[in-house]
Amino acid sequence: MDIRLESIHHSYKEFEVLRDITLDIPKGKIVCIVGPSGCGKSTLLRLIGGLEKPGAGRVVQVGAPPENCLNPLTYVFQDFALLPWRSVRGNISLVLEDHRIRGAEATRIIDDVLARTKLTDFADALPKQLSGGMKQRVAIARALAVNPAVMLMDEPLSALDSQTRELLMDDLVSLWCRQPFTAVYVTHNLHEAVRLGHSIVVLSRRPGRIREIVEIDTPLEERQMGDTDLDLKQKYLWQLMRDEARAADAELLNV
Amino acid sequence: MSDVPLTAPSTAPAQTQTIAFRGGGFAPHTHRWVGVAVFVVLILIAEWGTRTGWISALTLPRPSDVFKTFGELYSSGLLFKHLGPSLARLAVGATLGACVGVSVGVLIGLFSYIRSGLVPLVAALFPIPKIALLPLFVIWFGIGEGSKYALIAFGTFTPTVVATYAAVDNVDRTLIRMGQSFGLSWWSIVRKIVLPGAMPGILSGLRISLAIAIILLVAAEMLGAEYGIGAYILQAGSLYDLERLFAGVVILSLLGVLVSAIIAMIERRVLGWRT
Repeated sequence: MDIRLESIHHSYKEFEVLRDITLDIPKGKIVCIVGPSGCGKSTLLRLIGGLEKPGAGRVVQVGAPPENCLNPLTYVFQDFALLPWRSVRGNISLVLEDHRIRGAEATRIIDDVLARTKLTDFADALPKQLSGGMKQRVAIARALAVNPAVMLMDEPLSALDSQTRELLMDDLVSLWCRQPFTAVYVTHNLHEAVRLGHSIVVLSRRPGRIREIVEIDTPLEERQMGDTDLDLKQKYLWQLMRDEARAADAELLNV
Repeated sequence: MSDVPLTAPSTAPAQTQTIAFRGGGFAPHTHRWVGVAVFVVLILIAEWGTRTGWISALTLPRPSDVFKTFGELYSSGLLFKHLGPSLARLAVGATLGACVGVSVGVLIGLFSYIRSGLVPLVAALFPIPKIALLPLFVIWFGIGEGSKYALIAFGTFTPTVVATYAAVDNVDRTLIRMGQSFGLSWWSIVRKIVLPGAMPGILSGLRISLAIAIILLVAAEMLGAEYGIGAYILQAGSLYDLERLFAGVVILSLLGVLVSAIIAMIERRVLGWRT
C-alpha cells in the first residue's frame, strides 16, 4: 500500500502552514521529512494519518493494506503516549482489545513484538519504571503489534539523549532489515534523516513547501558513522536548510 | 590598587572552606506520629486546664468526662443505635451524590453542549447552603429517610461534579489522540483512557465531597430523626449537655478520619502508577 499526497494546502486561521505538497510514499521505504521548526512537518504527519483535515488537496491510499493489518496508518509519537496506569504488556494489549484479539492470540502477538524490540524481560513493568529509550521501544512495539501498512513517526527520538538515540536508530535499522516497513519519519535532526531515510524531503520555512527531495541509495544496513558519502549528504541538507532555519528563527521574533 | 594581586600567590597554602549547604527545605513530608502527638497534647492541655480550673467547666467539658460519656454511650448500646442509621444515610446519600456527580462531571468534560448548559447551572447550585433547602426537601421527599438522602446527595453532588470535569479536562490530550490514531472506539477511549486518567482528580474531589456529606449528616438529622449522630448532637446541644455534644462531635471527627483513610487506601491501590 502506497500513500500519495495530492497538492495539500493547510492553514490555521490566517497562518498558512503548508502550501502545495505533492508527494509519493512508496511501499517498503522510509521517507524522512526535515525542515526548520514551525514549517509544518508535524502537521503534515497528522494530515497523512487522518488526525487533522487538510484545508485543500487530499491524502490518498493506493492499493489495499496487507491482510491481518489492524490499523493501516499507525503513529509513533515524540512523547511516547503510553498509558501510565498500564504495564508494557497492557499498553500493547490496549490496541488489540478493540479488534477483539484477546487471550492466546493477543499473548502471541505481544510476545512477538516484545521479542522484536528486545523488551521481553520488561513485559510487566510500568512506564514510570522505564527509561526514555525503553518507553519509545514500547511505543514502537505497540505500533508493530497492529501490523501497520505505514508507520507515521513524529520526531520519535527527539525526547531522548544522543546515546539512546544512536541505539534506537540501530534498532530501527535492524527492524527494517528483518522486515521492511513503510514509514514517514519526521525529524529536525539531519543525522537521523541520513541514517534512516531512503529519501529525504526538505521543507521550506512556513508556509512549508517541498524544497527538494534528496535520495540516498546506500542500503540502510551499510550506513555507518563517519561514512563520507552520508556526511556529504548531511552537509548538503544543512546547506539547503541553513538559510531557511535562520529566517524561520528570525521570523518567530517578529510574530 | 594595581599592586593587589588578583590571585593568591601560589607559594602560600590556599585557605579551604567547605561550601555551605543552602538547598534544604520546601519539601514537606509526613511524619506519622506527629499528627497523633498534636492531638494528645491538645487533649492533655484541655484536661489539665479543666482540672486546675484554668478553663471553666462551662467553656469546655473535661476530656475525661467526654470519654466517660462515650463509654456510657457504648455500654448502653445507644452508640450503635445512633451510628447505624447515620452510616446508612451517609452511605446512601453520598453514594448517590458521588455517582451522579461523577457521571455528570464526565459528561460535562466530554460534550460541548452539556458543558455549556450545565457549568453555569452547577456554578449557581454550588454556593447554595444546602441546609437552607431542608424544608423544601421535606416537602419533596417526605419527613422520612428520603429527604435526608436527598440533602446529603445534593451536597455531595456539586463538589464532585466540579472536581470530575476539571479532572477530565486535565487528561493528557496526547493519550486521547493516541487512542484515536489506533482506531479505538469512543467508548474504549472513555473507559480506558479518560476515566483512569481522571481518577486522581476524581478521588481528591471525593475527599472533599465526603467531608461535606458528614457535615450535612447533622443538618439532615435536624428534622424528624429520632436516632442518628446528628440527632444526638442536636439534642445534647439544645440541653447544653457539653459532654454528650463533644462525644458526638468526636464520633463525627473519627468518621472523617476513617473516610479519609479509606480514600487514601483506594488511592494507593488504584493510583500506584503515579510517579
